[in-house]
Amino acid sequence: MSVQLPEVMAEGVAFWASRLPGWDVARAVIRGEQAAPEATMSRPAPALLGPTERRRAPDTVAVALEVAARACAAAGRSPRELPAVFASTHGDLQISDYMCATLVDTPALISPIKFHNSVHNAAAGYWSIGTSSHAPYTAISAFHHTFGAGLLEAAVQIACEQQPVLYVAFDVEAKGALSTMAPSRGLVGVALVLAPASAARPGSRRLTMRIADEPCGATPPLSAAAALVADNALAPCMPLLEALAADLPATLQLTLGERTVLNIQVSEV
Amino acid sequence: MRKLAITAYSLCSAAGDGQVATLRALRERRSGLQRNDFGAAPLATWIGRVAGLEEQALPPQLAQWDCRNNRLAWRGLLADDFNDAVAAARERYGSARVAVIVGTSTSSIGASEDAYRRLEPDGRYPADLRRPIIHTPHSLGDFVQHALGLCGLSVTLATACSSSAKVFAQAERLIRIGIADAAVVGGVDTLCGSVLFGFNSLELVSPDPCRPFDVERRGINLGEAAGFALLEREGPAAAWLLGYGESSDAHHMSTPHPEGRGARLALQAALERAQLAPGDIDYINLHGTASQKNDEVEARLLAELFPERTFASSTKGWTGHALGAAGIVEAGISLLALEHGVLPGTLNSQTLDPVCGPQIRRDNEERSTRNALSFSFGFGGSNCVLAFGGAV
Repeated sequence: MSVQLPEVMAEGVAFWASRLPGWDVARAVIRGEQAAPEATMSRPAPALLGPTERRRAPDTVAVALEVAARACAAAGRSPRELPAVFASTHGDLQISDYMCATLVDTPALISPIKFHNSVHNAAAGYWSIGTSSHAPYTAISAFHHTFGAGLLEAAVQIACEQQPVLYVAFDVEAKGALSTMAPSRGLVGVALVLAPASAARPGSRRLTMRIADEPCGATPPLSAAAALVADNALAPCMPLLEALAADLPATLQLTLGERTVLNIQVSEV
Repeated sequence: MRKLAITAYSLCSAAGDGQVATLRALRERRSGLQRNDFGAAPLATWIGRVAGLEEQALPPQLAQWDCRNNRLAWRGLLADDFNDAVAAARERYGSARVAVIVGTSTSSIGASEDAYRRLEPDGRYPADLRRPIIHTPHSLGDFVQHALGLCGLSVTLATACSSSAKVFAQAERLIRIGIADAAVVGGVDTLCGSVLFGFNSLELVSPDPCRPFDVERRGINLGEAAGFALLEREGPAAAWLLGYGESSDAHHMSTPHPEGRGARLALQAALERAQLAPGDIDYINLHGTASQKNDEVEARLLAELFPERTFASSTKGWTGHALGAAGIVEAGISLLALEHGVLPGTLNSQTLDPVCGPQIRRDNEERSTRNALSFSFGFGGSNCVLAFGGAV
């Protein structure tokens, strides 16, 4: 099988990780222009939330809202108009640990807020509330292929509806016994505003994507930045970010399944 | 969009295992709800529990995915010979050209809950549950793909109670763009501590059998269910997917928009894609959870937008609220209505809330049905409306 997708333009890119807090830093570290900061930040403080909400928000919500807002700002697009695809390998591992642990001894004491924040679409829900957006969102997982599957879904929505889409992916640090089965360290969020080729804005990067049956799998990441997030479940996002950080055109592959890859050429518009 | 043929579908819930059993339960108005007996210290509520999952075996080659949720998924794949229909599609198109898009709310978190109850002294999972795939949301999509011998795209969609309605939209787009020739859509959710005690913490669980749209409704009953549908461009269709609409409430994480803003947008988008007007709709399977807010908002929307002749009901009195599987089970019931002309009323409800218009019915009816809608609204304000048309 080989299926060519209509071209999409990456109009805005955002990134956040504990040692790489923001796309400007991450991009410079990927390009070898600076060393990664020594300090580890615990989590971002998304401007979309008020001070109290910001303090209460789970890490998943904090990182997703931070990168989503910054990608929209970078693209110069209003969040209210953008349908959104949210992807996370494991969802909120910290709340899953809380739910499982609390159910053992004191099930009647489950926190109602933690429970409604435990849904896989919690970050997407807070985003739609925070931006007053009635546009549809989705929330998906595909285990090791999550980042590629989410990017593909965003590209498919663009091809079908001919309008820009916000893509947000994140994974958080695992806690408790669940961390032995769903290992993930640190906090990583990525967001892209993607648009149909007809609506390209200056400064966008062109993504030419093809689905192929190729067992050779994913392109390995090369940068010092990638090494800093290698133990997060969203680490497979790094080859695409490396390509987006580079000046020259680049080709890479993300996995979509055991025998299926998403081949991506990144080039200037 | 071009309409898609639904060439096979299955459903398995507390109301029945397969189309025939479900249809019989609907006709005989036999509820699948029972007193809650799930877990060590069951809450005082009623549940829609699928019998025999504790003894349900998976084929040996699927042992690594074994857990309650995937056992119920297996039941759903066996029901109505659904797996045979997929095998034929696999032969026609190739195993890489049949996508799997399935929805769930909690996937197999029940297996993680079980592990936490039986942790080893060193804090590790018990040996029988040291299988990473069942402790991640994609447990369901990965299981279904392997169980059906497919190797194309497999994605698990998790937007709470709209999950297994939205899978129809994602699959339609994949087929439209040519990434797949056919798609297995569906959903599975099973009873577990997280949802029973979670909904209890929100004071949304009823101590009695749920009574959707009843003036004295006291909340939801949780249920478990599995269901699947096979979507193709052409083929011997049991029914057609005519349209879908998706939207967000942008209001609150666990209560619907008071004026049903998001529900209305999803409905409009579904009717527009299906090129139908409200007057063309014969049957609507409502979300109708029996929670105070949902039913009130939904009833107002119906009264405002649909003519008196539209027959609308909630079937949660038969199945309970199967959360991420509600969309597919209620899609299945809508397809049964189209195929057999059996319109289920609203079981358990005595006196309908005065906010209900004449569209919302208590009693069953049998009449020829051409177009049906199914409503699914979830936490996080995620809404989806599906539009189906009969075979002719």
